[in-house]
Amino acid sequence: MLLGGAMALSGCISVSAPDKPIVIELNINIKQEVIYRLADDVKENIESNPEIF
Amino acid sequence: MVRSMKTSKAGIVAAMAVAIGLSAAPAWAQRDPAYAAARSAGQVGEKADGYLGVVGGGNPTLRKLVDDLNIKRRANYTERARAQNATVEEYAFTQGCILISRTTSGEKYQAPDGSWQTRGAGAPQRDSRCP
Repeated sequence: MLLGGAMALSGCISVSAPDKPIVIELNINIKQEVIYRLADDVKENIESNPEIF
Repeated sequence: MVRSMKTSKAGIVAAMAVAIGLSAAPAWAQRDPAYAAARSAGQVGEKADGYLGVVGGGNPTLRKLVDDLNIKRRANYTERARAQNATVEEYAFTQGCILISRTTSGEKYQAPDGSWQTRGAGAPQRDSRCP
């Protein structure tokens, strides 16, 4: 307890919560060229599997 | 259910709809009635990631309906992505682009900022990478 308290005073970095919500952009790595390449296939997918869309 | 069929505009339209239905059924004609109703009512919307979302609080029945369809979508995306040498996320996101562009007036969709929007007469708000 005492040791932990001493460490907290000396070596810890304090982090405060941001006031804005943290938004994690999961799709950021998806490249536009890939999307364009897949565009025709996803359109055909709707025609082939209309019940799930 | 059975009504007398007069030669009317509605009758002709209905006959044409049947004729079209026999050749190439539109996507909405294949939907489960409960799903179709939830879409029209704006209780379910198309998300930007290619999956469906419950708009607002929802209820257990609605969540089950959306979960079931999303499980089927994920299986479909996984299979199609493999055939296209793409990741499931890439395929799903592209599907989301197209599904959002094909929403009809009054249906809900997710804008790039994550908010739910109601599709109007104009083009929907989509990710800048969408084709």
